[in-house]
Amino acid sequence: MTSLLAEMFGNTRRFLERLGALAWFSLQVLRQAPAAALRPRLVVEQVYHSGALSLVIIMTCGLFIGMVIGLQGYDLLHRIGSEDALGVGAALSLLKELGPVVTALLFAGRAGTALASELGLMRATDQLSAMEVMAVDPMQRVVVPRFLGGLVAMPLLTAIFIAVALFGVQLVGVQFFGIDQGQFWSQMRGAVEPGDVYEGLIKGLVFGMSCSLIAVFEGYTADPTAEGVARATTRTVVISAVVTLVLDYILTALML
Amino acid sequence: MRQSRAIDVSTGLFVLLGMTAILFLVTQITNRDFAWGAESYRLTAQFENIGGLKAGAPVSMAGVTIGRVESIGYDMQAFKADVTMRIDARYDRIPNDSDASIYTAGLLGGQYVGITPGNAEDVYHDGDRVEFVQDAIVLENLISKYLFSQAGKDQAAATPAAQE
Repeated sequence: MTSLLAEMFGNTRRFLERLGALAWFSLQVLRQAPAAALRPRLVVEQVYHSGALSLVIIMTCGLFIGMVIGLQGYDLLHRIGSEDALGVGAALSLLKELGPVVTALLFAGRAGTALASELGLMRATDQLSAMEVMAVDPMQRVVVPRFLGGLVAMPLLTAIFIAVALFGVQLVGVQFFGIDQGQFWSQMRGAVEPGDVYEGLIKGLVFGMSCSLIAVFEGYTADPTAEGVARATTRTVVISAVVTLVLDYILTALML
Repeated sequence: MRQSRAIDVSTGLFVLLGMTAILFLVTQITNRDFAWGAESYRLTAQFENIGGLKAGAPVSMAGVTIGRVESIGYDMQAFKADVTMRIDARYDRIPNDSDASIYTAGLLGGQYVGITPGNAEDVYHDGDRVEFVQDAIVLENLISKYLFSQAGKDQAAATPAAQE
């Protein structure tokens, strides 16, 4: 009984410790962000690694998610005889929820893990300490550009995901099932407001911030062992997914 | 050097693709018939009851959308709803005795303002008020009117019978 309590106490303490460290780390990253933006070379490289290299998985998943929405949406709407509303339903659900959330989950899986394991390996092989020895601040040289790269890449990836998914919906709805093309687009245009697009992009930006921050934090503070790096990678995905979904609720409640 | 140039090119392509996607989302799937900056003028109208009319609802003539409801307020002096409409400047020859009514699109659709042209020589200008209006039809009012008129008929039918 006492050992159980002690364990619970220890776990809570460790959680608070991590949370405090994350908050402190975020402050440092944000404080150094303007300075790192003065060296765009490093950031561009990270946009390539987090963004351009994630493009294939984002587009493939977007296409299939769009096609599934097309199938399910058509089936559902067909029962109540309003297939033409498929465009509106798909566009709104993609813009407001599915687009940013699925992109963030994929981003955490594709780019977040890469960031965490890269930084963890740098830590394990003492590259970060070597930088400190050479009076190069690893925070500024390594961590902040990776964070900024993720921040730039996520909204763009979100927009690409939504656009490709809409193409998928259109493919199934209009090409396979023969919904009227004009109705599909005009109903969509009639109901979607520019604010809905901005909501999706803001969500993408916020998720990009949280996912990259968690990835660089986990990598930077990983135990310098093979096991530590593996654990940091796993935790990056788990924590990013949970934080993304919690933030999604908060953001939706705020912007509704 | 060669490596980093390849990275630049793919990053550039990626950013371009992202921007194109954003542009597509903003311009192609949203409702931007009357984008900010497009030439337009304002008309106002006061209604007793606007039903479920919302800012952003279409203003139409003969079914053609010619503008949108910009804002809805409440006039504490007249105790009426104040509706401000923004009309596309292309439609600048609306006779100034035209009337504005609030209709419902379809059975369950949203509400919109329909303008029926009058015969006057003069036309509406920016800031004018539409004087002839017809309120939104509220279903509850219709039902209660019908019920009361039924009740009245029943009573009228019952009274002579009682006198006999």
